[in-house]
Amino acid sequence: MITNSVIQIEGISKSFLLHHEGKEKYIALRDVVSRKAKNFLSFINRRTAERQSIEEFWALKNVSFNVERGARVGIIGRNGAGKSTLLKILSRITEPSGGRVILKGRVASLLEVGTGFHPELTGRENVFLNGAILGMSRREIRAKFDEIVAFAEVEKFLDTPVKRYSSGMYVRLAFAVAAHLEPEILIVDEVLAVGDAQFQKKCLGKMEDVSKSDGRTVLFVSHNMSAIQNLCTSAVYMNRGRVEQIGNVHSVIDKYLNQGILESGTRWVGNHKENEFVKLRSVEVFKTRGSDLTEFYIDEAISIKIRAQVYGTIKGLAYELFVNSNNGSVAFSSFTNTMTCEAGEYEVNCVIPGHTFNNGRYVFTIGVSKDYHHFLVKLDEILGVEFHNSPSGLGWQGEWPGILRPKLDWAVKLKNNA
Amino acid sequence: MNSSDSLPEIVIEKGRTETNYWKDIWIFRELFYILSWRDVKVRYKQTVIGAAWSIVRPLLTMLIFAVIFGRIAKLPTEGSTPYPILVFAAMLPWQFFSNALTESSNSLIGNANLISKVYFPRLIIPASSVITSLVDLGISFVLLFGLMIFYRQSPTANIVFLPLYILLAFIAAFGIGLYLTALNVKYRDFRYIIPFVVQFGLYISPVGFSSKIVPEKWKMYYSLNPMVCVIDGFRWCIIGQEPLDTTSFLISFSVVIFFMILGVWYFRKTEKSFADNI
Repeated sequence: MITNSVIQIEGISKSFLLHHEGKEKYIALRDVVSRKAKNFLSFINRRTAERQSIEEFWALKNVSFNVERGARVGIIGRNGAGKSTLLKILSRITEPSGGRVILKGRVASLLEVGTGFHPELTGRENVFLNGAILGMSRREIRAKFDEIVAFAEVEKFLDTPVKRYSSGMYVRLAFAVAAHLEPEILIVDEVLAVGDAQFQKKCLGKMEDVSKSDGRTVLFVSHNMSAIQNLCTSAVYMNRGRVEQIGNVHSVIDKYLNQGILESGTRWVGNHKENEFVKLRSVEVFKTRGSDLTEFYIDEAISIKIRAQVYGTIKGLAYELFVNSNNGSVAFSSFTNTMTCEAGEYEVNCVIPGHTFNNGRYVFTIGVSKDYHHFLVKLDEILGVEFHNSPSGLGWQGEWPGILRPKLDWAVKLKNNA
Repeated sequence: MNSSDSLPEIVIEKGRTETNYWKDIWIFRELFYILSWRDVKVRYKQTVIGAAWSIVRPLLTMLIFAVIFGRIAKLPTEGSTPYPILVFAAMLPWQFFSNALTESSNSLIGNANLISKVYFPRLIIPASSVITSLVDLGISFVLLFGLMIFYRQSPTANIVFLPLYILLAFIAAFGIGLYLTALNVKYRDFRYIIPFVVQFGLYISPVGFSSKIVPEKWKMYYSLNPMVCVIDGFRWCIIGQEPLDTTSFLISFSVVIFFMILGVWYFRKTEKSFADNI
């Protein structure tokens, strides 16, 4: 059979072993020693609880699909659906536990903006470093250097260490390098979550251009449905390690939004993959007052409570909130100021006043970022709330046009009595 | 037929990376150059005294050792060699070894973001981290020659073999470094062991004294230290007053090779799971 597919994914699976016992992220030798000692004792006691504490977790289970040459495929799904694991396997960062992938052509993956950027090095040096890390040869980088710098709009700061760059400049330079890669297959993970809107548009345009003009294939993971809609020619919806639906962008996004949003509740108690800086323990949205605490009404304030564990002193930390409406577009976002947080447990409260939301469903994304451009934690679409018209409300009770429904001050004065 | 058939094909499946391992290292050699260059650049940029530090540290240690072992303990030197030169000729490989070991054993953790975001043969990271120590070694050599001019000591013809011993020092540090850095990914408290090894090693290696003063009955155990063959070799090349003790050299050399094999074997065995564990 002659196919034109450049990516053939055949029954890929990936399992992890979860150790439920340890509270620490890393195994320390002392724990191993003490566990061995404990095991020895429990062996004497003939009562081993140890075995139950290891659980096999399938991040991907039997995932198969093909991607045609020149296609731009969006991969969507909730947190933990296996999107990132799939990309990691395709970029050869981690090996699958089973199955096979055949890739035709050079692959470049962009799982993070500015991987390997070193703060002490200058912009010029970082272009070469980052280019090499992404798989470009020195000759290639040299040939494209001017183009990269022009794209990033940082000509004046080329010989400044990037630690003095604003976060916008940093992201622009990093993306510019990536945008000038010339692989046959480009794998992109959510990197457009950073940077200003205008630059995001420029990047999307660039990705579209390379794909259209040179027949390159793009795999693109994002939670930004409008970006997927604009860029991609088809989409894959993943859920719990499996492919739920594949095909036309609009129908896949519809399915995801309908199903995905229905699944998110008003309270999340978590076990996201930890990093060494911060862990979110729970996120909750609730009402502080009102007669019925389970129904949300558009005229009542709501509170979002985040409980976080910070492991060391972190500078430039900020908590971030993104609110998306039912159709996937961002309704608004809000951030705390950056602050220095010492180790400890934190409770963060954010109050959204009444008369903000329209009626309908909204989903909340919670993030913790460092210096605003680097997410330590991001829990996409972790909460979902359905807002209803207030039972006590007056006036028009049906749908109002618009994403939000703020209560505005109207003043109508009779200026001149006829 | 169609155009995508002409493209190079990559197959990903369980156990596949094993097969093209050494070929991949060759393909990624440019990344190795650039990471080495980054480490060197950052090291001498970050600290104003970066370069000065690599001069001051071996000089001060040499002075202290020369005074304590040469003057106070009055240990014998080799032939007519001034004691400071005896110490400094050993200080060179020792400093190189301890720097390279420290750098390479922390290298994977220090580059965790690269490992979890990009594919390349992981061996490149500890290998490139050792390069910085080579630059330091070069600086120390300049110092040694200054010192030799000062004491009017001319090197012997053996010095042509020095590159071989530098290679041996490299292998000794790299082998153990590979093992430790892989362990470090899994057991984070291994990093506390490394400073201890380095500090302890300084006293059981023939840095402040000559190997010939070690009593014959302990020679066997003493030679299990991989740095014995490296340091004796350096002294033989630079000073050349004492013939090499073949038995002791071979024992120590075997230990170096043993650690090299163990290091590469363990590193490759655990490498696949670095991205999942780091």
